[in-house]
Amino acid sequence: MTEPVLSVRNLKVEFASRRGTLRAIDGVSFDIAKGEVLGVVGESGAGKSVTGLSVIGLIDPPGRIAGGEIRLAGLRIDNLPPEELRRVRGKRIGMIFQDPLTSLNPLYRVGDQIVETIRTHLNLSGTAARRRAIDLLAEVGIPAPEKRIDGYPHEFSGGMRQRVVIALAICAEPELIIADEPTTALDVSVQAQIISLIKRLGRDHGTAVMLVTHDMGVIAETSDRVAVMYAGRIAEIGPVQDVVKNPLHPYAKGLMGAIPTLAGEDKRLVQIPGSMPRLSAIPPGCSFNPRCAFAFDRCRVDRPDPLPRGAQSVACHLYDDAAAESVA
Amino acid sequence: MLAFTLRRAIQAIGVMFAVGIIAFSMFRFAGDPVNQIVSIDTPAAEREAVRKSLGLDDPVPVQFVRYFADAAQFKFGVSYQFRQPVSALLMERMPATLELAICATVFAMVLGILMGVYSALRRDTFLAKLFQAVSLIGISLPTFLIGILLIYLFAVTLGWLPSFGRGEVVRLGWWTTGLLTLSGLKALIMPSITLGLFQMTLIMRLVRAEMLEVLRTDYIRFARARGLTTRAIHFGHALKNTLIPVITVAGLQFGSVIAFSIITETVFQWPGMGLLFVQAVQNVDIPIMAAYLLMVSLIFVTINLVVDILYTVVDPRLRSTVGRAA
Repeated sequence: MTEPVLSVRNLKVEFASRRGTLRAIDGVSFDIAKGEVLGVVGESGAGKSVTGLSVIGLIDPPGRIAGGEIRLAGLRIDNLPPEELRRVRGKRIGMIFQDPLTSLNPLYRVGDQIVETIRTHLNLSGTAARRRAIDLLAEVGIPAPEKRIDGYPHEFSGGMRQRVVIALAICAEPELIIADEPTTALDVSVQAQIISLIKRLGRDHGTAVMLVTHDMGVIAETSDRVAVMYAGRIAEIGPVQDVVKNPLHPYAKGLMGAIPTLAGEDKRLVQIPGSMPRLSAIPPGCSFNPRCAFAFDRCRVDRPDPLPRGAQSVACHLYDDAAAESVA
Repeated sequence: MLAFTLRRAIQAIGVMFAVGIIAFSMFRFAGDPVNQIVSIDTPAAEREAVRKSLGLDDPVPVQFVRYFADAAQFKFGVSYQFRQPVSALLMERMPATLELAICATVFAMVLGILMGVYSALRRDTFLAKLFQAVSLIGISLPTFLIGILLIYLFAVTLGWLPSFGRGEVVRLGWWTTGLLTLSGLKALIMPSITLGLFQMTLIMRLVRAEMLEVLRTDYIRFARARGLTTRAIHFGHALKNTLIPVITVAGLQFGSVIAFSIITETVFQWPGMGLLFVQAVQNVDIPIMAAYLLMVSLIFVTINLVVDILYTVVDPRLRSTVGRAA
């Protein structure tokens, strides 16, 4: 087996606050292989974006990585000195943010921003970098790139700006792209274009993609595997067809049940009762237990660890056969 | 762009017209100017002659048009106390005031921006906190007090700097400058600091607040995600965005630096327009007061115009909206 591009082991991220330390990410582990798209899905506040930001080393104080390790193609990057981490960012890991309208500096031409990034990471002359910038703009599907390169961000539409952002993220041929809700701020028709663009780039360059979103539709369309996050942990992770068709974790079941279908018989969408706990009030045991219809005594005291189940992995006591047998 | 500039220029002329009306009405409401010129025992016939020679017996609208036409050519009449044309007096005093105002503004801008950027980037250092504390003093202490304290320390106690005047000046055409002689430069230091301290603290606090704001924006986060160097992010991306509001404030402040140099000029006996104005107030020398009012508003209006145009140079978004609106 080849080494995964990204390997996250038992990641813990904490935020110091006035009322004590809040643990936003609590023991998250996953791998992404070359050319693979991992979708990360969950409610707001589940820790999806924080996971993405900690991989690229952009957790702002008072947040910090409190434990675990992150490896990029074998190289441990969570404890790199700032200057070396900077060299990894943009060169080996590209990042795409949610809002393309605010991701670009309004005072600089888009071409200058791309050239600046290229020349930070690659040893190219000004003209060569500019030529590369034009090629990149063409690759992400911007018409007449040799003309648009001298435009300012406000002269581009939202979808076009997100394409520029993607061009910026891939300009040094990164091994990994982290896309944090890349389509949330766009309208639906543009969303589909951006998704297929990210998918195509991943395929053409063999880039691993970590796609953070709360949109199951986007995940189903794009991802090879999906991780369902809940309250700072991964509830379930596995191949996308399996998780969508046959979710194991009660929370994942609830999520899939909440997706409307076109073929829909006229039945009500399933709703998960209650809401995700705040970080300051995560219950003991399984963090989902107060909302779970299947919760039993053990769920209220013992925090479940991920258990392999075919190609999937699920953090739920319902699937702990060995323990269940030993109890029985 | 041209249409935008033209429209702003027309607005500026409108403002100047309004100020002109106010300046003119000062002559009508601040007592009879003839009384200021003649002595108490001047016979009535002679008073009438003076009145006629000054054109003060004409109907008010005629006087106004004449005043305005003259003012447009920088003729502001004759000073009551000096018996000299006001424009000559102002021209003679203007270099001193402008030199002081420019030095004060440069001092305020350079130090204000440096200190502001530093205290935004190194928020928790001792020096940054010291700047914050000092800036509170700069904002709250009145100008004259700062001037007097500086004089006490550097002129009276230490004897390093002169306490009043401009020192030796060099004549360059009609302009006189103190920048080319040692005594002139030394004389500039304290008045510049006194006049610029308030603006410096203002700019520093503004730059700090703006910079902190900009550093939180998405495009700065994205710039970090792109792996740009810290220097490129702070001084290329953040500082340029910070400077947009700073330009406005600094521009407008330059106007008030000139207008409020009155106090500094009085404290340091600086031979500029402000001192001339204070003397004019004491002697009810209305032509000088009116001319000063007009000059100061002209400077304000011009600076506003320049600031508006500068905006479009810095911010490309305005360039296109301005173009579209025009």
